[in-house]
Amino acid sequence: MTQSTALKVKGSILAVKSVIEAVREAITEEMSRDSKVFVMGEDVGVRGGVFLATQGLSEEFGNNRIIDAPLAEASIMGIALGAAFRGMRPIPEVQFSDFVWPSINQLIGEAARTCYGTNGAVQVPMVIRMPYGGGIRGGLFHSQNVETHFFHTPGLKVIAPGTPYDAKGLLKSAIRDNNPVVFLEHKKTYRLVRGEVPEEEYTLPIGKADIKRLGSSVTVVSYGLTLHYCLEAAEELAGEGIDVEVVDLRTLTPLDTETIIQSVKKTGKLAVVHEDNITGGVGAEIAALAADQAFEYLDGPVVRICGPDVPTMPFAQTLEDAYMPTADKIAAGLRNLAVY
Amino acid sequence: MSITIELPHVGESVVEGTIGKWLKQPGDEVKRYEPLVEIITDKVTMEVPSPVEGSVIKLLAEEGETLPMGAAIAEVATAESPEGVEPEAAAIKVEVTTPEESNSPGTTGYLLRDVTPVGPTGGAAVELAEPTGSNADTGQARPTAVVQPPAPPAQTVQTTPRSGQTRLSPAVRRLAQEHSIDISRIQGSGLGGRVTRDDVLRYLESGPALTPPSSTAPTRDLEGSTSVDGQETHISVSPVRRMIAEAMVRSVTEIPHAWSTVEVDVSGLVALRSSVRTEYEKNQGGSLTYLPFVIKAVVEALKEFPTMNATWGGDKIILKNRVNLGLAVAAPEGLIVPVIHNADQFSIAGLAAGANDLAERARTKKLTLDDVQGGTFTLNNTGALGSYVSGPIINYPQAGILTTETIQKRAMVIDDAIAIRSMMNLCLSFDHRINDGAEASGFLTAVKNKLQAFGPGTSIY
Repeated sequence: MTQSTALKVKGSILAVKSVIEAVREAITEEMSRDSKVFVMGEDVGVRGGVFLATQGLSEEFGNNRIIDAPLAEASIMGIALGAAFRGMRPIPEVQFSDFVWPSINQLIGEAARTCYGTNGAVQVPMVIRMPYGGGIRGGLFHSQNVETHFFHTPGLKVIAPGTPYDAKGLLKSAIRDNNPVVFLEHKKTYRLVRGEVPEEEYTLPIGKADIKRLGSSVTVVSYGLTLHYCLEAAEELAGEGIDVEVVDLRTLTPLDTETIIQSVKKTGKLAVVHEDNITGGVGAEIAALAADQAFEYLDGPVVRICGPDVPTMPFAQTLEDAYMPTADKIAAGLRNLAVY
Repeated sequence: MSITIELPHVGESVVEGTIGKWLKQPGDEVKRYEPLVEIITDKVTMEVPSPVEGSVIKLLAEEGETLPMGAAIAEVATAESPEGVEPEAAAIKVEVTTPEESNSPGTTGYLLRDVTPVGPTGGAAVELAEPTGSNADTGQARPTAVVQPPAPPAQTVQTTPRSGQTRLSPAVRRLAQEHSIDISRIQGSGLGGRVTRDDVLRYLESGPALTPPSSTAPTRDLEGSTSVDGQETHISVSPVRRMIAEAMVRSVTEIPHAWSTVEVDVSGLVALRSSVRTEYEKNQGGSLTYLPFVIKAVVEALKEFPTMNATWGGDKIILKNRVNLGLAVAAPEGLIVPVIHNADQFSIAGLAAGANDLAERARTKKLTLDDVQGGTFTLNNTGALGSYVSGPIINYPQAGILTTETIQKRAMVIDDAIAIRSMMNLCLSFDHRINDGAEASGFLTAVKNKLQAFGPGTSIY
């Protein structure tokens, strides 16, 4: 069972933090704990990162551990990969996930396959941080959802937290993990989502989903920004007698199939919500899993409420609004499913 | 235009609230966000602001009244529409962010409203040397594909009713099979009259006699097979288990049970069985237990006490002219009670053969409907399970049920001397509407005397 991770921190001193603060804290703590951890990326040093994820870190840890890199993602990823081969624990930052493509060979072609290809002799302990996602008027090259490509690739772990608590606990676990971890931070959650974070040390298990809201009518599975829209929709539907269970994946790979299937068996109805394009996405995989492992419990079609299949996030406000899943769109989809 | 004000949802576990005090009365003008009513819940007491500016038309709930969240509490005439909601469905949202609530059931962040996104492309909250970030103008590839207008919002559920009701979801098919239900008898509440999983569960809960509610509202509150918190495992009830449960509930709720127990000296019976057993099992096949002897004694006693072989008929007592003795048998799926029809017409050997046959067929699931119908009295050999005394539930609508308990050697006082005797308890539950203690004791004593009369020399044929 994965619900109520909050219970583990009962009695802790809690402070309300933003996602970006949680990310910064996790990096800071891990760098203090382990001298092998270092950050490399564009503008991460003096500038402190364009979202200020590494603000103040170059003063604290110096230019040798907070390394400003040229605008060359293939190099950043390649250098990080080499360092990881030699036992370092690099945290390369891809300034926007939209820029990751030049480094795909280093990431998917090499990092994901090395441990397997060397029969475990060479491990790749690196965390690739990527701000991703839209809804921020960022347009074509600052809004992309890239998770499906990594979700599809065995050998990578993929984490996409939606709250400060999860972001910090999972980033710390990712840094300590000996596998390449793609750590996806939704840009819109950075300062818009706030939540309680314990003052003391904690980590969260990679690969465990979290039930953010218990319900009995419909299961909705999501992650990242859209998790919050799902929670809003669930709140709205509660007034109509529709009791929505909201499952936050938190980790995309390895996927917590057990929690998803258990919830589907309980409610009999499943919707998956994500901002990434609908076709071949995380939702498609979860729909297939439900058909495979909970077929006899399904009491309605599996619904995907996702970004449409357009090449990238539109720049025009009206079009971006049309693209993004919203609480209203999610509520409408869940309402239809509930009465099915 | 008027809007209906609803009792707002204030937290995870708060399901109802009490109207504490109306701060506005019909006719009063109310400004937007001006407190309208004081609401008391088990967690907090709060003032609920009006979502609109207007005048109160009428109050739909009285002070002190407790209502579910979402219930209509007032009507307000207004020219404006509340922010972000359709006028017809206006509900006030009150943000309550106490730590307990935002912590349950998982740690959840909350979304800030009206905050300008930050970052190189997000806006002004962070001062940047270059407003669009350093990467936006580095000549990265321009899109080669034309951006197409986005598809309509993802509304992926068919909203048109399906024709006919023959399509069953996998969940409904499974439930129907597990519980041997004819789905056509269930009225569907789903889209286009579809029978939903919850319709089936409700049908099973309410029993086939009740018509399921025809409400088209989505259903809820029915448990699946696994508890969410992992503290419980929920086993779906088999049809046999369900039938047993229903029969037991019916018997216990309708029949006023009374109990009586006697102790029987079966030393003679033990000796008799020992003396004939080898011969019987060699010549007749099958085992010779104590059961046929007990059946014989019970059947004869039932002939002497016909009100024990009877049924309560409301304004009459219905005596059964035939003695059809039911035998409780533990079958793989649960208790089953096959019947030896006209049990008074058999010898002990005949009863032994009949009982063995029924028990065997019960265990191998080869009983016919006739085999389990028409019983007039039931015998249950609880002693075989090691029981010493029982309080059995009557096999409805019979007049009584008798158990035979463990046979054990006990020190008994006979003629002021201590003797070791084989003793057995007989426990009777009887319908006190039909018989009083006198008849019940008379019947028990008759069974006892007949059992004690058995001894070496009694013919079993």
